[in-house]
Amino acid sequence: MRGQNAGYIAGIFEHPTRKADGKSLALLHAEVAKGAIEDAGLSKDDVDGYFCAGDVAGWDARGAGPFSIIDYLGLKLRHLDSTESWGSSYLVHVAHAAEAIAAGKCRIALINLAGRPRADGFNTGTSVATEGLSAAEAQFELPYGPTVVNTYAMCAMRHMHEFGTTSEQLAWIKVAASHHAQHNPHAMLRDVVTVEDVVSSPIIADPLHRLDCCVISDGGGALIVTGPEIAKSLKHPPVRVIGAGYAPKHQMGGRIDLTYSGARWSGPRAFAEAEITPRDIQYASIYDSFTITVLITLEDLGFCAKGKGGAFVADGNLISGLGRLPFNTDGGGLCNNHPSNRGGMTKIIEAVRQLRGIAHPKVQVANCGLALVHGTGGALGTRHGSATLILERE
Amino acid sequence: MAKDRAIIPPLPFPETTPYWEAAANGKLLIKQCSACGASHFYPRVHCPFCFSDKTQWCEAAGRGTIYAFSVTRRAETPYAIAYVTLREGPTMLTNIVDCGLDSIRIGQEVRVVFKPAENGQLVPMFTPV
Repeated sequence: MRGQNAGYIAGIFEHPTRKADGKSLALLHAEVAKGAIEDAGLSKDDVDGYFCAGDVAGWDARGAGPFSIIDYLGLKLRHLDSTESWGSSYLVHVAHAAEAIAAGKCRIALINLAGRPRADGFNTGTSVATEGLSAAEAQFELPYGPTVVNTYAMCAMRHMHEFGTTSEQLAWIKVAASHHAQHNPHAMLRDVVTVEDVVSSPIIADPLHRLDCCVISDGGGALIVTGPEIAKSLKHPPVRVIGAGYAPKHQMGGRIDLTYSGARWSGPRAFAEAEITPRDIQYASIYDSFTITVLITLEDLGFCAKGKGGAFVADGNLISGLGRLPFNTDGGGLCNNHPSNRGGMTKIIEAVRQLRGIAHPKVQVANCGLALVHGTGGALGTRHGSATLILERE
Repeated sequence: MAKDRAIIPPLPFPETTPYWEAAANGKLLIKQCSACGASHFYPRVHCPFCFSDKTQWCEAAGRGTIYAFSVTRRAETPYAIAYVTLREGPTMLTNIVDCGLDSIRIGQEVRVVFKPAENGQLVPMFTPV
């Protein structure tokens, strides 16, 4: 991608709400879209490409969702992309927007996420799936009561078995997130927690405790992606997409290995495109649906060897100003928010803040020039889409 | 011993009815490919490895080892979800039943048992040997 397909993230907006009782999903979309367009210094009529995922108008809208929202927003488009990859969709959208812009399909792309699972009272983590009942795997899975938490929990259990990873090591990931969240006035959970707090919180599904799990929140976010000429004419420091990688992982016909994720493939693709290595990364936004998601992702991306993630994350190594790899400085999904049960969007936004130098001063990485964003969309223990972006401040 | 949990009935496809009919008779079937020899799970018509449609139903021995598990504590009736690696090779999602939930371990040997879903369809699960 260096030298070609140059896409720039020129506008960002994160919705401040965490419980949207008084607002519809469509209104949240309008608010985040307006926020990102204004952040970029553009107007709605400048937008000619729109990117959203399958849940954009609520799951019951299905394929009609993208059209419902572009109608509601009054967009005039020449490019529409509703690639669905669960929580990593928005990273894929950034990559696709850069490609579409380079190919001349659009000039200014708007990427949207919004959701209100908290206002709707949805028990994200502990409900047995109620969608996808007609999928091929459903008859061989749903009778066994798979939930979001227990399928991720099996990955943690296996990782502990093979590599000796401990609950205390996993807890350090939450501890680091909480150190960052204390400085974020919008974060749902702002209290700094200790390893002891995490491991003494109730078990949801062995070996994951309540504090190993991300929050359920409402809200959303939006991005503007454009090409080099427009990005450099706008007010913010240009943040360029220099690498992108994607890989789905599934059950492989029963040849199951829960110790790694699709990041094993998406990461090297992104690093190769960017022509850098993990050692060059100054800040990382890692989708943190659960603590185990972060640990496995960091190994797969090459920040440490497979099986050494526990030692890598321990002792504050992910805390900005203390450790080697500052991560999720907004508090991440573990403490800040998880709108629409999809963490990819807010991961991108915090990475852009770091590269612009506008993260909270207590967590801002000095001279942050290179950042990585990783999304794990879906379920680590069954099927998921892994997406990696590498971003550079020009 | 774990209490019984309400089991969501499976919704068979036309081409997977042999699997569920066998389960109703206390047999666990898997698919094996005549072209490449590989066994797979969950069962399809087309081999997910070589994509041949020459796959055949085979009765599994019903023995395996626990690859991974998790006890869901935050549930009306706590239960153990697991991946069990069958003696024939493939690993399948299942439950570990008829045992103390705190006694389950990775690597434990298990054998198949069948438990009724809410509609009476028997569903393969596993219990420690």
